Amino acid sequence: MKNKTAKYKYRILSVCSVIAVLFIWELVTDILHLISPMMLPSPAKVLNTLIYKLTGGVNPDGATLLQHIAASMKIALGGYTVGVLVGVPLGIAMAWNRKFEMFAKPLFDVIRPIPALAWIPLMILWLGIGYWSKVGIIFFAAFISATINSYAGIKRTSQVHLWVASTFGASKRQMLFKVAIPTALPMIFTGLRLALGSSWVALVAAELLAATRGLGYMIQVARMLGRPDVIIVGMITIGVIGYLLSTVLEKLQNKYVKGGK
Amino acid sequence: MEDKREIKVKVMNLTKQFDELLVLDDISFDVKKGEFLCIVGPTGCGKTTFLNSLTKLYQPTKGEILINNEPVDLKKHSIAYIFQEYSTMPWLTVEENIRFGLSIKHMPKELADQKVEEYLEVVGLTKYRKYYPDQLSASMLQRVVIARAFATEPELLLMDEPYGQLDIELRFKLEDELLNLWKRNGTTVIFITHNIEEAVYLGERILVLTNKPTKIKTEIKNDLPRPRDIVSEDFVNLRNEVTDLIKWW
Repeated sequence: MKNKTAKYKYRILSVCSVIAVLFIWELVTDILHLISPMMLPSPAKVLNTLIYKLTGGVNPDGATLLQHIAASMKIALGGYTVGVLVGVPLGIAMAWNRKFEMFAKPLFDVIRPIPALAWIPLMILWLGIGYWSKVGIIFFAAFISATINSYAGIKRTSQVHLWVASTFGASKRQMLFKVAIPTALPMIFTGLRLALGSSWVALVAAELLAATRGLGYMIQVARMLGRPDVIIVGMITIGVIGYLLSTVLEKLQNKYVKGGK
Repeated sequence: MEDKREIKVKVMNLTKQFDELLVLDDISFDVKKGEFLCIVGPTGCGKTTFLNSLTKLYQPTKGEILINNEPVDLKKHSIAYIFQEYSTMPWLTVEENIRFGLSIKHMPKELADQKVEEYLEVVGLTKYRKYYPDQLSASMLQRVVIARAFATEPELLLMDEPYGQLDIELRFKLEDELLNLWKRNGTTVIFITHNIEEAVYLGERILVLTNKPTKIKTEIKNDLPRPRDIVSEDFVNLRNEVTDLIKWW
């Protein structure tokens, strides 16, 4: 009971911070006119724009908010899915198989520090300026986190747990699936979440490439047209969607990762 | 009295060398079927290396180990090993932990269910079946490990100071539980400890090891009647005898 009250209190605190920011924002814009609406539109104006874009408004960037979201999701989830599907098995294989580790790890260690955005020029060269080059950039953003964390997770496997399995007569495969991967699962999920974060970050940059749709594109157009309200709507949308996606992953993690340390 | 039981484990000239360091030096002995053998020796004398060589976790440098007259094959011989460290899987519940060995061995589900039920009951953890290891006390964790080992009904049970980290009351309790299980299942047990009282309390025979490089110093038969009374004169005499044998100070 006490716990619930405490939780409730914290929730009030969180709500307070949002209200305070909105209040100060409103104060310096609509009420005191301290900042020009060309720099920072009022919350009310942003809300209006948000409702307009949500209810099918296509100005000034040529598409509704939902169309932009759909375009961005298609790229982000495409790149993310491929990155994770490649990265997680790669990380597991590198950590589990000594020979493969010797073979692949040095290469990976060189690729690892290259920021996803540094791949943009090559991606354009290789894949053009369409959908796939953007997916390629997101791929690198997701792939690196997914690989590193899966690798580190498998490396945490306890020798004693492997011995237990081995004395019970476990095959190498059983040891991987019944000991190493369950050990690594929390780290793999951490990797999935970090990968999602980097993908989302890389998205806006990827959409600088000759896009005609997408949240990043919408923000760019709004900047050129001097529409800070649209920029802010775009930013808030990116924030909210990122938060929702990460919540979904957290729910999955709670479902599949059991037990403590 | 001659022990007429057949030989379960035959250790022949077991030698283990790590680079320059000779850990096990030409060890040979037999373990009878259904025997409870305790191995004692000074700390760091290579007891764990011995067990790990026996289970092929380490490759012996020289020598051979036979179970039922065949070289050890972990897929064929049913062995369970209880380690010094806590070895429950943190991501599995109590019952899933107990099931672990059974599922490695591909035991049919119905039979496995039955074994899990049985051994949950035996170690008194039925009520805690859905708990995860981080919710359990040290003694409960060790009971999970014991149940996991016994559930596979191993022909050979290896124990490496399994109670080293427990306080004395829990140790006594778990030692008795172990003896009950041993009698109930007729398992062959090799129990390694540096606790002499524990060795005298549990074993039918005690192997005393020397300091590194480890050899067998001597072997003591222990016919004290059970349940053993740790303050009886015979018990104390035997304990002192063993203590004198492994004195390294």
